[in-house]
Amino acid sequence: MVITESIISDRQSTDLMLQVSNLNVYYGESHILRNVDLSIPAGQMVCLIGRNGVGKTTLLKTIMGLLSPRTGNIFFGDRSITKLTPDRRAKSGIGYVPQGREIIPRVSVKDNLILGLEAKPEGRKSQESIPEEIFELFPVLKTMLSRMGGDLSGGQQQQLAIARALMGKPRLLVLDEPTEGIQPSIILEIEAAVKRIIAETGISVLLVEQHLHFVRQADRYYAMQKGGIVASGSTAELTQEVIQQFLAV
Amino acid sequence: MSTLIEGLFNGISIGSVLLIAALGLAIVFGLMGVINLAHGELMMLGAYATFVVQNVFKPLGEPWFSFYIIAAIPVAFIVSAIFGLILERGAIRFLYGRPLETLLATWGVSLILQQFVRSVNWLLIICLGIFCLLFFGGMQLLKSRADWESMRTKIVSLLLPLAAGVAIAFYFLLSQNSALTNAWFSARNVDVTAPAWLRGGVEVLGFQMPYARLFIIALTILCLMGVYWFLQRSAWGLRIRSVTQNRTMSSCLGIPTAKVDALTFALGSGLAGIAGCAVSLLGSVGPNTGQNYIIDTFMVVVVGGVGNLLGAVIAALGIGILNYLIGSGTLALFLTTISAPQSMIDFFLFFATSSMAKVMVFALIIIFLQIKPAGLFPQKGRTAEL
Repeated sequence: MVITESIISDRQSTDLMLQVSNLNVYYGESHILRNVDLSIPAGQMVCLIGRNGVGKTTLLKTIMGLLSPRTGNIFFGDRSITKLTPDRRAKSGIGYVPQGREIIPRVSVKDNLILGLEAKPEGRKSQESIPEEIFELFPVLKTMLSRMGGDLSGGQQQQLAIARALMGKPRLLVLDEPTEGIQPSIILEIEAAVKRIIAETGISVLLVEQHLHFVRQADRYYAMQKGGIVASGSTAELTQEVIQQFLAV
Repeated sequence: MSTLIEGLFNGISIGSVLLIAALGLAIVFGLMGVINLAHGELMMLGAYATFVVQNVFKPLGEPWFSFYIIAAIPVAFIVSAIFGLILERGAIRFLYGRPLETLLATWGVSLILQQFVRSVNWLLIICLGIFCLLFFGGMQLLKSRADWESMRTKIVSLLLPLAAGVAIAFYFLLSQNSALTNAWFSARNVDVTAPAWLRGGVEVLGFQMPYARLFIIALTILCLMGVYWFLQRSAWGLRIRSVTQNRTMSSCLGIPTAKVDALTFALGSGLAGIAGCAVSLLGSVGPNTGQNYIIDTFMVVVVGGVGNLLGAVIAALGIGILNYLIGSGTLALFLTTISAPQSMIDFFLFFATSSMAKVMVFALIIIFLQIKPAGLFPQKGRTAEL
């Protein structure tokens, strides 16, 4: 009896790619995240929805290590990463595509991609080349390798940011509003690319998104309000009511 | 023709001294945004390192002694880089993003380093060694304890006076031994003699170019090319550029930013050491050597535009040539030949000494910064481009 229980709990812990429990985050004295629990099963895409200012980006930043929680724990795979610095978290296999894309501006597109290799656990080797899959996903990047990252358009920067995160072969991809301020045709391209990445590599994805079509691609959803998780479930059950309640202005 | 070449050469030669001194600061202040007032003292340490290397090579006899300066360059680089690394790890890394505190802390460090070279002797080194061994060794030992985080302040407040006490006790115990208490350098200036092949000069069109000056120009060009190559082509250079342009995102990409900061600071400090090695050829070396250069180096970096190496190059050459043209009276002489108004000639004659020329250059820089407050090549963000 005891043995089976331990096997079950073991399986649970390995099946979860990321587990956030009882997270409380403050900016100075203002309480931003309240007792947040969230888990991402391996190989699944989880979407975080909610209006502006409910703490979605704060949660992602805390997962990445840019903000440190006052209480709570973050498990990645089967080890706690709560105390690790962002660079150690990236090296352990989290690829981060932040809001605003954060391309290194005065560095060429090629070097931006090569910087993505820093996240590989064994580090960046002297022999650096960009794998062909990246250009299959985002053909537009191949034509602008020598351009400065800051000179690209918003949509191109977004594709570069996702490609850069993929260079390190992450096990979890964290996307913060990848369609914000981008023209519809590029949104579809990015959506297709993300779907293809999941199908081909089987990595988990944590997505913050307002764009409804993209939200529906996810396996599960979490809805946030006032710094806490207020609803969750499979996206198939994501009814118009829920959307009205948590997304509509 | 000869006057033109002379003016140009002397200007470039002053400019190259400025540039080699400012190159390290262009990295530390320009790229990292750290106001390091101890930069001059890191140069001074490089100059003293050159002096020590010279004394080590002296007993080796002639063929070797001629090349001590070549050996002194890497030694000066390493000595200053190590001191810079200690400075960064020990003080500056806690002060990133707080320029006022950095300013005060590095100024304090510059005073400490000046007094350090005045009073350093074997006894001081031994006591410092004992202190470091006890304090940092003890910290390392206790770090493995499970309750390290909660006990940290208690352990430090216990260990610090203990280690300091033992070190001071040793100091008084051994202070009778005069072999240990002889100061290495004392407060007096020391002299670095240029090797034979750097004395004298080559004559071009009736004008003497000293070899020592040519050597400094060549060294400056080499350092410049080295820095350019390192920042633009090497793996760590790419990391440095990335971190200086976007620190948060760089850390999210997996770049160890603390390591990059330490390395960048050590590189800038090491370049200061090479500059110290170069200026030791121009005059005697003393505890105040660094003070003579620190203002000029900041001037070069600010005029060039913070974070811009090409700007620093042009600013250094510009300031150097202007300084020479005004200071040597060449400008006044030129105005006489084109029969300019007497008042104008008198004006420039008034500034035709090296110290008054500095006053004028400074005034011109102030006017220049009124027009272009961000320097020759203003840039958005903290970026490095050559």
